[in-house]
Amino acid sequence: MQYRQHKLDNGLEILAECNPQAHFSAYGFFVRTGARDETANIGGVSHFLEHMVFKGTPNRSAEEVNRRLDEMGSSSNARTGEESTIYHAAALPEFQDDMVELLADLMRPSLRENDFETEKKVIIEEILMYADQPPYGGYERIMEEFFSGHPLQQSVLGTVDTVSSLTPDAMKAYFDRQYSPGNMAFAAAGKVDFDRLVETLETSCGSWQPFDVQRSTPDTTGHSGFHIIHKENSAQQYILQLAKGPAAKDERRFASRVATAILGDDAGSRMYWEFLDSGRAESAGVGTYEYDNSGAIMTYLCCSPDSAKDNLQRLHELQTKIRDGVSERELEMAKSKIASQIVLGSEATESRMFSIGSQWLTGLPYRTPEQIARHYESVTLQQVNEILREYPLTQNTTLVVGPEKNLAPPA
Amino acid sequence: MTAEKFLVHKFDNGFSLVAQPMPWLASAAFAFALPAGCRYDRSDRIGTASFASEMVQRGCGKLDSRQFIDQLQLLGVDYNSSISNYHSWFGGAMKATELHDTLSIYRDVARDPHLPASQFEDGRMVCLQEIMAMEDDLSRKALREVRLRHYGDPDGRSPDGSVESISSLDISHIEDFVKTCYQPDGSILAVAGKIDFDALKDHVADLFADWKTGEPPIAEESTPSHGSHHLPFDSEQTHIALACPGVSYTHQDFYTHRAAIGVLSDGLSSRLFHEVREKRGLCYSVFATCHSVGKRGAVIAYSGTSSGRAQETLDVLVSELRRLKDGITSEELDRLKVQFRSSLIMQQESSRSRAGSIASDWYHLGRIRDVGEINQIINNLTVEGINEFLVDRYPNNFDMVTLGPKPLELNDAISTAQA
Repeated sequence: MQYRQHKLDNGLEILAECNPQAHFSAYGFFVRTGARDETANIGGVSHFLEHMVFKGTPNRSAEEVNRRLDEMGSSSNARTGEESTIYHAAALPEFQDDMVELLADLMRPSLRENDFETEKKVIIEEILMYADQPPYGGYERIMEEFFSGHPLQQSVLGTVDTVSSLTPDAMKAYFDRQYSPGNMAFAAAGKVDFDRLVETLETSCGSWQPFDVQRSTPDTTGHSGFHIIHKENSAQQYILQLAKGPAAKDERRFASRVATAILGDDAGSRMYWEFLDSGRAESAGVGTYEYDNSGAIMTYLCCSPDSAKDNLQRLHELQTKIRDGVSERELEMAKSKIASQIVLGSEATESRMFSIGSQWLTGLPYRTPEQIARHYESVTLQQVNEILREYPLTQNTTLVVGPEKNLAPPA
Repeated sequence: MTAEKFLVHKFDNGFSLVAQPMPWLASAAFAFALPAGCRYDRSDRIGTASFASEMVQRGCGKLDSRQFIDQLQLLGVDYNSSISNYHSWFGGAMKATELHDTLSIYRDVARDPHLPASQFEDGRMVCLQEIMAMEDDLSRKALREVRLRHYGDPDGRSPDGSVESISSLDISHIEDFVKTCYQPDGSILAVAGKIDFDALKDHVADLFADWKTGEPPIAEESTPSHGSHHLPFDSEQTHIALACPGVSYTHQDFYTHRAAIGVLSDGLSSRLFHEVREKRGLCYSVFATCHSVGKRGAVIAYSGTSSGRAQETLDVLVSELRRLKDGITSEELDRLKVQFRSSLIMQQESSRSRAGSIASDWYHLGRIRDVGEINQIINNLTVEGINEFLVDRYPNNFDMVTLGPKPLELNDAISTAQA
């Protein structure tokens, strides 16, 4: 396995882990833009644009794009988040040139009005679909509450209203503001011919004109509060919490991830024993959300409505107690599990492509799986206990969704 | 990746070990299937297999419940368990160095579970939570109902059971189930990854060769209830689940059938994606898939959309299913062949997916298909062969389950949504 890197004159970064033993390759354009780069009146434009990218270019119709992707037997998709939009595909090595050329072509979409109106219906269906699934818009709501007044409060999907009122011109203006080659990277992993990759991207993307892209990255206050969404016909109660955590470039993120594994991993963690083993909850866990100069820790729990009050109290007690410190044995168990996950992830071509692209997105230098494993290995008990004290999970925004409306913050 | 090699050892007690060495990896994974699927639940005690699976993981051999989980954590095992119609499954992926120790633990899960009475109520709560969470998963609920109606019970049964059935179980039911169904005859342990087969075989022999087999469990006959059924739910969305007969993975025409459904639903240029989503913008999610239960097969199709557009979505879905009998084109088949070939190669990468796949092949076929054989089958697919297969294949009546504010009708023509 060899890591290679090249930057085109217009700023487009090309990053690849080339593994001659692999039997296929994964490719992706990583664009440093997402919901946080939107203004409220164009809410959802990043995600809508992600759909429109597959709707054709001056060289290809939407049908041709779909057909061509299938002709190469690719598994392709795209995703939009608060800070990034990623377009990716995996294919056999024989399709490298054609696949890279196609992905590059897609990055300069036509945004035709007819396609725009049809796709708008699909997006609205997508918004309604998620609104009908647990936690029923709870994720969007808690982000809005916790990050209130901060760019990260912006919803990725947008609302039926904001998406309905979007115009092709507004989308084009957003595209012209964000999709500069300097704000994008192309990541590849697997059986990649790197020299040809650079050649293809130089031909396809070399003429893209660079321009400055600005992102506002203010500090997060991280609001506290307790909110209820009453949903009568939901069978279960859903509890979500956001508390402050380390940002994406903060070196303490490794300790923070170990700490959250000890508290809230889906097996063997403190929350596992408190809620899952006992059947007090259907699911419960904790995850880190690391952003550009902001960070948060998300806690979630799903349980029967009549046990929500008791579970909120128990959760509060666990969060309080863990600040007294975790044990060496807990640290060892969390590290073993993480080490094993790194090994499994390092064997998956697509996961490697996402890893190197995501490292670029956060502005971090490339690290091999082995280097990342060493970071986790070196996390000490003291560092974990410090991070738990520094970022108290009891100071949070809590959102409860479900039929039970008589709930209050734990004492 | 070098040429595939499969190694198999069948013990005298009926226990099968199947393995695929992948020496270039650092991981290993296993899939362990016991003949303890939900079809063997008594019809008034559905959920027993799930409850038993929960209980056998609450202490076994020398480990109590807590030590069991802690030990798996220390070994770094990413583990899981599930219930299918025919089997109880336990699986895990880990660093290859930890494989033997992990298998030793699962030996005790299968052969020496404590089934502690003190944890019985906690185990019951876990099963009840699962049932209640299902209630909020509306697409899964519609799909579950259509499978039950199409295949009948127990072939189309879901493993969870109901609040009533889980509440009615006592520890003796779980003990009886484990005694009857957790047995070597029909059990399959599939392992893939960085393994030394001789050492593995010796280790597995130590763990399972002296396990005594009993009478095979018996399931009841299935009686389908065909037709349309509506589950009223106050929502802006309608979920549509359709089923019609297909062929199972064990059938010689499986790939012919699979290719036809692939034309319908695989990829961005597939007929359903194009007609339902791209052309009409009717929904976000639409698909059709081949489903097998033992020797029975079905096509299951789904779409979820806003209720005002649900009838049109159903009409297009049905019309595309029916249009299949008019045949597919060579361009469609060519695209599909590349997709099949690519996904076949991509699936070769992970030890976990290989372990699952060789276990499934061994169960369904009694042997393992290698990439060469599957490629051969794919290459031999022809438009003529598929079209001939399709001529009398698709019925006019589908089994349908809708979940939403109002029922839908199976029409002959496509209606358009009212503005």
